[in-house]
Amino acid sequence: MKKRAVVALKDGAFFEGWSFGAEGEAKGEVVFNTGMTGYQEVLTDPSYQGQMVTMTYPLIGNYGVNLEDNESHRLYPHGFIVKEYCPYPSNWRSRASLDTLLKAHSIIGIQGVDTRALTRHLRDHGAQEGIISTEDFERESLAKKIRAIPGLVGQDMVREITCRNPFMWDSTRKNGNLRVVVYDCGVKYNILRSLSGLGLEVLVVPAQTPADEVLAKDPHGILVSNGPGDPEGVPYMIKNIKKLLGKRPIFGICLGHQLLALALGLKTYKLKFGHHGSNHPVMDLSTRKVEITTQNHCFAVEGWEGWRDTHHGPVEVTHVNLNDRSVEGLRLKDLPVFSIQYHPEASPGPHDAGYLFERFLGMMKGQ
Amino acid sequence: MPKRTDIKKILIIGSGPIIIGQACEFDYSGTQACKALREEGYQIVLVNSNPATIMTDPEIADATYVEPLTPEVLEKVIARERPQALLPTLGGQTALNLAVALVERDVLNKYAVELIGAKYEAIKKAEDRQLFKESMRKIGLEVPESYYIRSMSEAMGAYEKIGLPAIIRPSFTLGGTGSNIARTPEEFKEYVEHGLDMSPVCEVLIERSIIGWKEFELEVMRDLRDNVVIICTIENLDPMGVHTGDSITVAPAQTLTDREYQVMRDAAIKVIREIGVETGGSNIQFAIHPKTGEMLAIEMNPRVSRSSALASKATGFPIAKIAAKLAVGYTLDEIPNDITRYTPASFEPAIDYCVVKVPRFDFEKFPGADQRLTTQMKSVGEVMAIGRTFKEALGKALRSMEIDRPGLVEVLPSVPNAEEIRAFLRQKLQVPSWEGIWYIAEGLRYDLTVEELYKLTHVDPWFLNNVKEIVDMEDGLRLEGIMVGARCNVPLLKEAKAYGLSDARIAQLTGTTEESVRSLRHKDNLRPVYKRVDTCAAEFETYTPYLYSTYEQECEARPTDRPKVVILGSGPNRIGQGIEFDYCCVHAVMALREMGYETIMVNCNPETVSTDYDTSDRLYFEPLTLEDTLEIIHLEKPQGVIVQLGGQTPLKLAVPLEKEGIKVLGTSPDSIDRAEDRERFAELLRKVGLKQPDNGCARSMKEAITVAERLGYPVLVRPSYVLGGRAMRVAFDEKSLRDYVQKATEVSPKHPVLIDKFLEDAVEIDVDAVADGQHEVFVGGIMEHIEAAGIHSGDSSCALPPYSLPRETVEEIERQTQVLALELQVLGLINIQYAIKDGEVYVLEVNPRASRTVPFVSKAIGIPLAKVATKIIMGKTLRELVGATGRSPLPYTAVKEAVLPFIKFPGVDTILGPEMKSTGEVMGLDKDFSRAYAKSQMGADGLLPLSGTVFISVRDRDKPGAALLAKTLHKMGLMLMATRGTASLISKEGIPVQEVRKVFEGSPNVMDYLKKGEIHLVINTTEGNISEKDSFPIRRTALIHHIPYFTTLSGARAAARAIESMLKGQVEVRPLQEYYQRKNSVVSSQ
Repeated sequence: MKKRAVVALKDGAFFEGWSFGAEGEAKGEVVFNTGMTGYQEVLTDPSYQGQMVTMTYPLIGNYGVNLEDNESHRLYPHGFIVKEYCPYPSNWRSRASLDTLLKAHSIIGIQGVDTRALTRHLRDHGAQEGIISTEDFERESLAKKIRAIPGLVGQDMVREITCRNPFMWDSTRKNGNLRVVVYDCGVKYNILRSLSGLGLEVLVVPAQTPADEVLAKDPHGILVSNGPGDPEGVPYMIKNIKKLLGKRPIFGICLGHQLLALALGLKTYKLKFGHHGSNHPVMDLSTRKVEITTQNHCFAVEGWEGWRDTHHGPVEVTHVNLNDRSVEGLRLKDLPVFSIQYHPEASPGPHDAGYLFERFLGMMKGQ
Repeated sequence: MPKRTDIKKILIIGSGPIIIGQACEFDYSGTQACKALREEGYQIVLVNSNPATIMTDPEIADATYVEPLTPEVLEKVIARERPQALLPTLGGQTALNLAVALVERDVLNKYAVELIGAKYEAIKKAEDRQLFKESMRKIGLEVPESYYIRSMSEAMGAYEKIGLPAIIRPSFTLGGTGSNIARTPEEFKEYVEHGLDMSPVCEVLIERSIIGWKEFELEVMRDLRDNVVIICTIENLDPMGVHTGDSITVAPAQTLTDREYQVMRDAAIKVIREIGVETGGSNIQFAIHPKTGEMLAIEMNPRVSRSSALASKATGFPIAKIAAKLAVGYTLDEIPNDITRYTPASFEPAIDYCVVKVPRFDFEKFPGADQRLTTQMKSVGEVMAIGRTFKEALGKALRSMEIDRPGLVEVLPSVPNAEEIRAFLRQKLQVPSWEGIWYIAEGLRYDLTVEELYKLTHVDPWFLNNVKEIVDMEDGLRLEGIMVGARCNVPLLKEAKAYGLSDARIAQLTGTTEESVRSLRHKDNLRPVYKRVDTCAAEFETYTPYLYSTYEQECEARPTDRPKVVILGSGPNRIGQGIEFDYCCVHAVMALREMGYETIMVNCNPETVSTDYDTSDRLYFEPLTLEDTLEIIHLEKPQGVIVQLGGQTPLKLAVPLEKEGIKVLGTSPDSIDRAEDRERFAELLRKVGLKQPDNGCARSMKEAITVAERLGYPVLVRPSYVLGGRAMRVAFDEKSLRDYVQKATEVSPKHPVLIDKFLEDAVEIDVDAVADGQHEVFVGGIMEHIEAAGIHSGDSSCALPPYSLPRETVEEIERQTQVLALELQVLGLINIQYAIKDGEVYVLEVNPRASRTVPFVSKAIGIPLAKVATKIIMGKTLRELVGATGRSPLPYTAVKEAVLPFIKFPGVDTILGPEMKSTGEVMGLDKDFSRAYAKSQMGADGLLPLSGTVFISVRDRDKPGAALLAKTLHKMGLMLMATRGTASLISKEGIPVQEVRKVFEGSPNVMDYLKKGEIHLVINTTEGNISEKDSFPIRRTALIHHIPYFTTLSGARAAARAIESMLKGQVEVRPLQEYYQRKNSVVSSQ
C-alpha cells in the first residue's frame, strides 16, 4: 500500500506524494539537482550534508545501486525527493534497489511529487528550509518545525563530516614518488581516485589538522576538498590555507575554492538556488574552450575582471560559468595555487575537466 | 570565433523525395539551416527535387532549384551560381552521397567550392565501414567483428570465422537498404547475393551478430574550437537487430548509471574527433552487452539525421540550426539558447520528462512483404510523445499512431485455451514485429513472467516492468471500475490518467463510453496540466511555449488573451498522409501570423517543420485525438480550429469537435459530409447536372455480380468503410470480382461493397482550387495524369498544365470545378478528381479540403494555395489575395512523379493499382512537357537511357500501342528486345527486334540480360494474376538494378517523349524565382 508523504517549504509551499525509503521526518535546505543520471553519487556526496535533494529527472532508481559508485561511505542528504521511484532496477552492476539503500541508511524519500513545480518554486523563490514527513501532514505544525531549522549561512557543517583520523587512500600506492595531502572537508572518493590514478600517494587529513602538521608530512602538494555549506562557517580552514600559501602548491575544489578565496581576502556570497547538476558550461578563459561541468554549490566567490591584488600577489579569474557569469576558477600569478568551483572529479557528470588534476600534478612537479 | 566573411554564397542540398529512411526530418533541418544562415547575411542556393517541402518555398533561399538531385545537375547549378561553400550535412544520406560524388568528380575543386560542416575525408571515414572500424580501433573502441567481402567466395570465408547469426550489410545504401540478419546457411547466401546487388560499389560487410544487446544513441555537436556537447541520449526499447528507425526509442537513456553513461560520452567525443567532423551534429550508436556491460561502437552519421530531429524535438535544442551556424565559424558559446535566451548553446540539455518515439508501419499496403523487423528500416513514419513518466509517454505515443488502438489494447482473439495462446505468444514474441509492444502486454496478461518475456524479446526488464505496471493498472480498472457506488473513484482515475491511459481505453476497460469517462473527469475537474520543454529542467526561466500535457499539480501553459486559432497537424507520416499536409499546416500558421493571429499548433510527428517550436506561437506536442485536442481547446479558448489542411487525421475530428460546440473554421463539416457520403454526393451531382461513372452498391456476392453485369466490366470495387483507396481493386471479369469479394473484404449488409463502372483508358485529372464560400473560385491547377485512370492519383505522375487535353475540355473542367465548389459552399481548399473518356467529363471524387497535390501546385504556379485558403477562411476575399498574375497561364510545365518504396520490400510486386503505395514525390520543371517529364524521372532515380536496349513485353490490349511506341524508340536509335508475342507484332511493322525468352521459358531469358546490364529500359504491362506472377521477377530485377521500368503504356510513351527531348539538347537548370519572374513578365507584357 502507498503511504502518504508530504514536502513542506518554509514559505508555505506544499507538495503531496507518497513514501519510499525510510519513514519519519527529515529536515534541511531543499535544493534541486538537474543531473539525469548519478543519484547514487549524489546521495553519497558529503557536500549535500544537511540538505534535501530534489531530482529534476523524474524517473529515479532505474539502475538500482551498486558497490562501485559511492562517493563516500555513507549517505548525506537528509531527504530525497523524486517524481517516480523505480522498484525494479535493471542494470548488470546493480546489487540492490535504491529503496533498500535509503532504508539501510534511514534516509527518508518521497515520490509522486510534481518535482518540476517544486523546482520552479525553488528557482523563483530561492532554496529554503523544508520538511519531508510521512507522519505529520498539518501545514501549521510543519511550518513551526521548519522555522526551527537552522539555515546554512555561517554554519560549520564540515566539522560534522570530516574524517576523525588521517588515513592513506589506496595503500598500494604508498611508494609513489609524489605525496599529496588532502584536507577532508567532505571529500568525494573520486577526487582521491583521480589523484591516486595519477600515481600520487594520497594522505587524507581531518579539516581541523593544523597547517604545521600537514607541512610536517612533507607533501608535494595540498588539495582542499569539496564540502558542504558556507565557507565562512569554517574559519579554521581559512587559517590553515593562509599558513600554507607559498609553502606548497595548493589546489582547491568547490568549498576548497571558496575557502582559498576567503584566505586571499576575497568575498563569497550565497546563490539564490545554487548550482547542482552535470550540464553547466564553464569557459577556461585562457583557452576559450568550454567544458561541461558537474556543479554542486550554494555559495560562490564574488567576481571581477582581470587581475586583483592580494597579500600573495595578483589573483585572476580563470574560469567563468557561461550561464550566469559566476566565478568558476582562480589562479595566483606568483604562486602555484589555483582553485575550481566545480568538480573536475565529475562522478556524477562529464569528464571534461579531468585535466585539472594533471595541471595540479604539473605544479607539484614544479612545472 | 566570428563568422566567416570569406564566404558569401552557400549551396545547400536537400534530401529529395520522401522515402523510407529519409523523411520530412530533412525538410525540418534544411529549412532551419537556410533560415539561420540567411539571418547571418549569407546567400543561399538550395537544390531539392521535392516540391512538398517548406525549404523549397521561394522565400527560404535566394535561389531555389527544384531540380533532380544528380551530380550532373548539381554541377550545372554550381557552374551557374558559383557558391563558395557547400554544406552537405543537412540533406540526409542523399546530400552526403552527392557531396562525395562532387568531390570525386573534381567538381568542387574545379569551381573552388569548399565543403563545410564535414570534409570529404570525414564523410569517407564515417561511411566506409572498413575505415570506420580502423578508426575505432585506433581510439581504443571495440566494434563488432566483421569482414568486408566483394564476392560469394570471400563471403564464405567470413562465414567460417563468424558463424550464425550474421548481419549482412551492403556498403553505401540508404537507410540500411539491403541489410539483413542471416540465421541459416541458405539465408546467408541469399542475403549476401542480394547485398552485393544492392551495393552501388558491390561491397558487403559481414558482421558478428549482436542481436539482443542494448542499443543506445548519442547526439553529439562539435564546433571549430573543438568544444563538444552531447545534446541527447536515446535508448532503444527494441534491442540490437532492429533498425533504430523501426525501434521504439526513449530519451533520455534510462538504464545506464552515470559511470557507464560517462564512458559512452567519452567514447562519443573521441569518435567525433577521430572521424573528424569539424562542426555540426553527428549521431553515434553504441551497443551494450546486457550482462557484462561490454560496449561496442556501431556506427556514426556525420550529419544531422532522423535521430537528431527527434533529439531536437525531445530536448528543445535546435540541432540543425546550430549546426548551420557552427559551419560558418561560430562556436557554441557564441550562440544563444533560443529557449532560455540568455544562456549559451554550449551546454547539455537537461530533460525532466520522458520522451517515447514509436515507428509507424504500413504493411497492409504491401501484401507479401516480410513484416519481421530487421536491420533494414521498414517504417514509413513515427510519432513522439512526452510525458513525465515512461508509462505516460508510451500511452500517449500509442494513441497518436492513428491505428485505432487507444493504448495497449488487447490484440488476441479470445480463445478459451490459455495454454494455446501462450504458445502462440511465445512464437510471436521471438520475432521482432511492429506489434511487439502489444504482444508483450498480452504476454503479461496471460501470465508470462518478465524473465520469460526478456528471454523471448531481449527487451530490457526495465521496459517490461513498466509495461507490467500499465497492465496491472488496467487489470485493476477492469476489476474495480472507476465508480465507487454512484461516485467516481477520483484517485484511481487520476492515477490511471497519469499512467497514460486514454479516456477511450479506460472506457474499454470499464465497459462504458469515452464520453462518459470524459464527463466524469470533467465533473471532478480532473484535467491535464501542461508543462514546458525548456532544455534546462526548469533551472532557468524560459520564453518559448513548447508544451506537453501530464497529470500533475502545476500548469505552466499561461494562455494569452490574444485572438488565436488552433491548427491541427497531420500526425504520423504514412502512405497517403505525408509531408504534403504538414506543408499545408505550416502555411496556415504563416498566413495566420501575417494576419496577426496567435497560432497554436498541435501535432505529434517529430519529423516535421510544424513541430519546430519556431513555426507557431505555441506548440502543443500532443496526440491528435479528440480527448487531447479538446483539453487544449478548453485551456486556450481559440476562436476556432482549422482541420482542413492536415489530411485525414484532423479531418476525422471535424464532426466530433463541432458536436462539442467548437468552431470548425472553413468549409462546414456538413459540406464535407455531402461530398463524402455516397448518396448525398450522387444527389449533389444530379442537382448541378454533372456526371459520375455508373455505380452501384452490393450487400452480397450475388448482388455484386448483378451490379457488375449491369455496369459492364471492368468495374472498380472497394469496401464502403475505408477511405483513400485502401483495398480498392479493378475487376476485369466475374472471376476476379468473385476473388476480390471473397478474399479482400467482408461483404455484408452492414459492410456493403461499392462498385463503379471502371472507365478504361480514361485520362484522369486532379484539380486543386480555393473558394471563398459564396462568390469566387480560383482554380489553382489542373493536373493531367500520365497513367490512365485506375492507378491511385498519389502514385501517378501528372503534368501541370495538362499536356494533351483540348482547350474546351480544360475549360469544361474549370467550369465544373466552379459549380461544385460554389454548390458545396467551400470555404478554403477543394480537390476534385475527374476522368475524361471520349471527350466526356466524369466527376470521380470531391474532397473539400487540402489534397496531397497542394504543395506541388503551389510550387508550380508560385502561389501558396494553403496560405490563400487560410486567409479566405479568416475572412479575406480571393480578389484581394490572387491578382491577375496569379491567374495567368504557365509559360512552362511542371511534372510530378511518385517515388515508390518497393526496394525496401523484397518479394513485393511493383505493379501500381488503385491502392496508393508511394511514399514521396519529385517535381520536374522545364519549358515543355517532355523536358519536365525527363527531369521528373531523373529526380525519381529513373534516369532514362539515351541509347541502349529497351525491353518490351505488354499485355494484349497494349500491343497495338506498343508497336507504335517501338517505332518511335527505334527512330531515336534505341535497340529493341521483346518477348515472343510482342516481338512478332513489332517485327510486323518492319522494325528490327531481338526476341528473348520469358522468365519461365528457360535460359537465356530476359532476366539474364537484365542482370548483365544489357537492358536499359523496361516496358512491361500485365493483366491478370498469372501474367503478373510471371513477369514479377522482371520488375523486381529492374528495380534492384536501377533500370527504369514502366508498368503502363502511357508512362512509357511519356518516357519516349522525354528521351527524344533529351537527345535534342542537354538538361538546363533554372531557379524557381526565375520561373516565377518569367510567368509574371508574360502577364505584364500582355
